Amino acid sequence: MIKKMLAQAYIWLLLIILYAPIIIIAIFSFTNSKVLGNWTGFSTDLYVNLFTGGVNNSLIRAIQSTLFIAVVAATISTFLGTVAAIGITKWHGTKKKIITFLNDIPMLNPDIITGISLFILFVAVGLSQGYTTVILSHIAFCTPYVVLSVMPRLTQMNPNIYEAALDLGATPWQAFRKVLIPELKGGMVSGWILSLTLSIDDFAVTLFTKGNEGLETLSTYIYADARKGGLTPELRALMTIIFVTVLVLLIIINIRANKAAKKN
Amino acid sequence: MSDCIIRVKDLTKSFGDKVVLKNINLEVKKGEFVTILGPSGCGKTTLLRLIAGFHVADEGVIEMNGQDLTGMPPHKRALNTVFQRYALFPHLDVFNNVAFGLKLKNVPKEEIEKRVRKVLKMVCMTDYEDRDVNSLSGGQQQRIAIARALINQPEVLLLDEPLAALDLKMRKDMQIELKEMHQKLGITFIYVTHDQEEALTLSDTIVVMNEGVIQQIGSPIDIYNEPQNSFVADFIGESNILNATMIKDHRVSFINKEFDCVDEGFGENVPVDVVVRPEDIHIQDDKSKAVFFGKVTSCIFKGVHYEMLVTTNEGFELLVQDYRYYPVDSEIGMSIRPEDIQVMKKERICNTFEGTMVSANEVEMLDGARFTCNDTGLSAGTKVKVEVDFDKIDMLDDKDAGATSAQVTAILYKGDHYHLTISTYEGDKLYVDTQDVWDKNDIVGVAIKPEDLRVIKAE
Repeated sequence: MIKKMLAQAYIWLLLIILYAPIIIIAIFSFTNSKVLGNWTGFSTDLYVNLFTGGVNNSLIRAIQSTLFIAVVAATISTFLGTVAAIGITKWHGTKKKIITFLNDIPMLNPDIITGISLFILFVAVGLSQGYTTVILSHIAFCTPYVVLSVMPRLTQMNPNIYEAALDLGATPWQAFRKVLIPELKGGMVSGWILSLTLSIDDFAVTLFTKGNEGLETLSTYIYADARKGGLTPELRALMTIIFVTVLVLLIIINIRANKAAKKN
Repeated sequence: MSDCIIRVKDLTKSFGDKVVLKNINLEVKKGEFVTILGPSGCGKTTLLRLIAGFHVADEGVIEMNGQDLTGMPPHKRALNTVFQRYALFPHLDVFNNVAFGLKLKNVPKEEIEKRVRKVLKMVCMTDYEDRDVNSLSGGQQQRIAIARALINQPEVLLLDEPLAALDLKMRKDMQIELKEMHQKLGITFIYVTHDQEEALTLSDTIVVMNEGVIQQIGSPIDIYNEPQNSFVADFIGESNILNATMIKDHRVSFINKEFDCVDEGFGENVPVDVVVRPEDIHIQDDKSKAVFFGKVTSCIFKGVHYEMLVTTNEGFELLVQDYRYYPVDSEIGMSIRPEDIQVMKKERICNTFEGTMVSANEVEMLDGARFTCNDTGLSAGTKVKVEVDFDKIDMLDDKDAGATSAQVTAILYKGDHYHLTISTYEGDKLYVDTQDVWDKNDIVGVAIKPEDLRVIKAE
């Protein structure tokens, strides 16, 4: 009994330590004091300011860039990752092991190394840094995750399905569109959502590849802002929104995964 | 021949180093029910997939209605396939699965609906249009898979072990339905299976395959009654396969007895194999009519008949089937009618290897293995042919104890000994007669005594 209670207490303590900072920010996003920790009464001013442009324009621009980069990178990664996964499952033995190992490396590689190496690459090929380089880098680190989320569906799939479509008169492209894509849709959507959150979240790689033409994403903006002397209060509202959004996305991914597991 | 719809000529296919099909020649007549029969891994599915266009042959041609199919992608071939694990599209309902082929061809909607209804009626699945395919039983899914293929009105229907995943009762029912469907539609069926009973039940023609080679092509009756080699005899039905000597035309000796037979043209005193089906060994209660005698060693009731193992007085073990019951240890007399003895030419009468002399009394063969032989007087480097009798190869428990090692790949019981096929790692085959019991896939050491190697200088 006591053992059980201790175990329960332990898990709650862990959860509190994990979530306390976020909860504090969420609570203090509903007061308009300049300094975090000062409660000056309930107010939704911070949220209103955030959306009516009361804050400086650069924050709104950063949000826009972040979303634009995330959507473009996630979409392209999903396409590339799906095609790659289809190719990989056609291989067997050592060849397959090597390629899946190579696919795992970018995910385990520290972001800082990915960032610096991409920076050196872009300088070497003379690509001017800005949207293009940030999107390219985000595609580079998102694609392996898409491969990973599409692969299990492919290996579970009856390999004859694609052939059956060809056999019934579908061209390879029609078979891909009408049979493979619907089958892989679940994995592709999970991969896309995962890429989106990874891209929005990224700081290290973006910092090294955004150049100095004034492109800022949310993470680099907040970093710069914090160094200038304290967080802009509106950021508390923004962080709360981002946290809730990510939470909702995660719940969607989990529900989808559960559904897929039940179906099999 | 004008009524030949599929013609396969000199087809060869390998995957990597492994040769899966060797020089396949086959003609399928219009409207025929052809079954390709063989154990798993014999290349039968590969042959079907080559015809469907999912693989490309290394050599050889497949023709359909006289037109070469080489290089034609699967979606352009006027044939359809029913896959082993159904391969229905899980995201589509029954109607859309069946209508898939017609929709691709932009057939008008009303016609699609009419044809789907018609084909579903044929496979007894009316009113299932809106069902999710995952909710159907295996047998129902297979019916939908057949409907999906037939709706395109193919000239040839390819079926890859379509009933393998069904339980016995369902399989029997589906066999009858498939046979009826074939007769009603009049299209050509090419059917792949490893189930010999299924092949005998369904087919007009059976193609027996083993290790990528066609062993025999014939009607079910031909294949059963007149197997051309011991593999076919052993694979189709129960059989007694025995070493025999053809004394002269119409006279053959085996199990130390002489019998009249109907075969001729083998020559005189030639070693052959004979096949006698267990139901063709007649137990004679009137001992004066019996030709040979033996003792029942086991008797099992099989429903219609009893299956008995009988050891003859000469020491040969035979499988005998009879409607009457003879208890274990009963002494019985038996006879065999001349027309029930199937004589087959022996594929080989001893092992023959190609080798090279390393010294006058050592020969290298079977990919680098060295065997000591009696002094041949031949100089090193001479190319030679080496013959070894089946019963002169020793199989050792320790796989490293012999000159080389090999794996048991086939076992044939021949009444008083086992005839084994063992394959070396490189794929060379040795044939061994032994009294010892080995299991398939056992790995053994191979040794041959020097005096048992007959070394002949190659021309």
